[in-house]
Amino acid sequence: MLQALFGLFDGIFNGISIGAVLLIAALGLAIIFGLMGVINLAHGELMMLGAYTTYVVQLAFRPLGEPLFSLYIFVAVVAAFIVAALVGLALERGVIRYLYGRPLETLLATWGVSLILRQFVRSVSGAMAISIAVFCLLFFGALWVLRKRSDWASMQKKAIAILLPLSLAIAGGSGFLLNQVPILARLWFSTRNVDVTAPAWLRGGIPFGISQLPYTRLFIIALTVLCLIGIYWFLNRSVWGLRIRSVTQNRDMSACLGIPTAQVDALTFALGSGLAGVAGCAVSLLGSVGPNLGTNYIVDSFMVVVVGGVGKLVGSIVAALVIGTLNYLIGSGTIAIILGGSGVEFLQPLVGFFTFFATASMAKVMVFVLIIAFLQVRPAGLFPQKGRSVEA
Amino acid sequence: MSMQFNRRKFLVYGSAALGSSILLKSCASDTDTADTAADDTATADAGADAPAASGDTIKVGILHSLSGTMSISETTVVDAEKLAIKEINEAGGVLGMQIEAVVEDGASDWPTFAEKATKLIDQDQVATVFGCWTSASRKAVLPVFESKNHMLWYPVQYEGQECSRNIFYTGAAPNQQIEPAVDWLLENKGTQFFLVGSDYVFPRTANTIIKEQLAANGGETVGEDYLPLGSTEVTPIISKIRAALPDGGVIFNSLNGDSNVAFFKQLQGAGLTPDMYPVMSVSVAEEEVRQIGTEFLVGHYAAWNYFQTVETPENEEWVANFKAEYGDDRVTNDPMEAAYIMVYLWKQAVEAAGTTELEAVRAAAIGQEFAAPEGLVTMNVNHHISKTVRIGQVRDDGMFDIVSSTDGPVDPLPWNQYVPETQGLACDWTDPEKGEQFPMEGA
Repeated sequence: MLQALFGLFDGIFNGISIGAVLLIAALGLAIIFGLMGVINLAHGELMMLGAYTTYVVQLAFRPLGEPLFSLYIFVAVVAAFIVAALVGLALERGVIRYLYGRPLETLLATWGVSLILRQFVRSVSGAMAISIAVFCLLFFGALWVLRKRSDWASMQKKAIAILLPLSLAIAGGSGFLLNQVPILARLWFSTRNVDVTAPAWLRGGIPFGISQLPYTRLFIIALTVLCLIGIYWFLNRSVWGLRIRSVTQNRDMSACLGIPTAQVDALTFALGSGLAGVAGCAVSLLGSVGPNLGTNYIVDSFMVVVVGGVGKLVGSIVAALVIGTLNYLIGSGTIAIILGGSGVEFLQPLVGFFTFFATASMAKVMVFVLIIAFLQVRPAGLFPQKGRSVEA
Repeated sequence: MSMQFNRRKFLVYGSAALGSSILLKSCASDTDTADTAADDTATADAGADAPAASGDTIKVGILHSLSGTMSISETTVVDAEKLAIKEINEAGGVLGMQIEAVVEDGASDWPTFAEKATKLIDQDQVATVFGCWTSASRKAVLPVFESKNHMLWYPVQYEGQECSRNIFYTGAAPNQQIEPAVDWLLENKGTQFFLVGSDYVFPRTANTIIKEQLAANGGETVGEDYLPLGSTEVTPIISKIRAALPDGGVIFNSLNGDSNVAFFKQLQGAGLTPDMYPVMSVSVAEEEVRQIGTEFLVGHYAAWNYFQTVETPENEEWVANFKAEYGDDRVTNDPMEAAYIMVYLWKQAVEAAGTTELEAVRAAAIGQEFAAPEGLVTMNVNHHISKTVRIGQVRDDGMFDIVSSTDGPVDPLPWNQYVPETQGLACDWTDPEKGEQFPMEGA
């Protein structure tokens, strides 16, 4: 009896821990895609930036030695949030805001951004970072100065036509020269995956029955819960959260009432991106950190949001937990064992069926099939938005 | 604009998003060609940029992925080959001529490998080609080398079941890596095995061999599972391992790439320690240990023919030379060593033949011996080399303690003797009667 109880608890725990990873990866997307309706294919790359931030913070803390080093992960979570949120902010201001209401263009643009970000971490070096900074300073600085002039409108095109090649040439030239300095030419991360090491207190786990609950999983579950509480509080109890909700529900009316919708958009996108950064920090404890980290999570994230239903965070939570638990139960062969052990005659043919799907690859297939079947029945997900505005 | 989504719109865009993200993911694994290794192309012929003053040079081709997912591994092999060519040139070259390397980029794309192989043979008229890493790239160039009756040297351990007249294999055949590893585990670590691998051809072939071998030698396969390439969710596999091996047992790991990191990190978190659950890996060498993180691997095992810690005078010299050439932070590993020795074996064969004419070199290559960093190697009649087999245990500094090593070189068997279809088959290119496949005597 005790054994069965342990087994049950183990199953639930493992289901939740897979679900928590899915959820934390999908949370940011639930906001960006769910609330704003922006299809952000660069979400995975924002996670990747969060993971790289974790790596950099870890490197910065290494010389401090213990016990300070062990605490780097908390700094890394915050740093990852800030870095990803800033990149998200730049992305929204620079690209996305011109594409609201045109989901297919957004999709292509964010895909492009994701490729650029991936390539960026592969090839970034001191020289490259400096030349990008030089370009931004020259080009945007000049635009900023010129914009103050009264005849700006008439000279706009001409100014850009001159400034753009000029600042590109200067930045490119300085980049080329700086590349001759070995220390600046060295790649920061290169194509190689980097090694993020969990602090000593996150290795190992709590012995429980026959198994052990890994500390990293517990940490991720706790982090997910914290993020959820934070988002809930922010959306429901803060002024800006109220504005975000009102803009999602009726943009025109909100604008009429004096809510700065453009700022709200930027803030929402930055918040979603920041959460992606936190997710990146969390998954760096589980797997490897490389330029392709994001591609492993992007499908799962969209899957969670689509299954959960648009616009409802609670949908994403339930969907992540259900998908996680299903994935575990099928993949680990637990269903086959339970059916086999049940002794019920007519269930026995199913045992072979579930045993066939009890591998990591096949479990994924099965979960996908179930999701497709589910979406046939409920196309709008688990928790569809209700009310008149939905059909508008 | 209205940001409201009605159901139909949501369905359309939602599926568009999900669909394209799946597409994006599937593309990412192979279109991932972006790479800085392209820098290497510029310096690619550094090892051979000093042709003889007379202008008499021998051209050889180097065909590896300098860009794309495989470049991380393959560029290290190119480094080893260029080092060997440089050393040979400094010592006077071959037949009094300098070697000139023509480096081509296979770009981690198998059709590109075939195209570049054709280019090296027809346009550059190279004397031989050193190249390839993955079995897929080797299979792609094989028809090119066979139809043009040319010569390829291949430096990586592989799954066997191939014996081409036009290829010389200097990596391990299964009986020089996987099989001795299984034997050693059976003897020292227990008889119950759980097999974990990535979901593609090499791990599946390797595990077929292991299962047959265990069945023949009194071992037991208690379970096997395959992780999709790039997947990082290993919780179900760990649960299965624990359920199948409650009191500990052996895990045989043929995972490749990123999944290894997730696997070892989460294995430690779940409390599966090397003393109860030793993991034997066949794709984890010095370079991979650095990437996964030594602290997750300490105490686990790997099977190779060469480790950087091998104690031979040749190895000490080679490691020193390699570090002097490429920097102190670099490590050497098994495929790099195999790549290094194949250049020397080719050089000896050319000198023995007295010409670069292909038939003569092919005949002269057989029986060539070389005092390699791993120990003495000999080219056999089946175009594979005899190699010493070693088992290493990861230690704190990321290097391997060699815990077991065969007394001498093990002769290669390209056709697997545990798989029913190829049992009793061998390969001999010196005897026109025998060739690629013939039944061994007494089999």
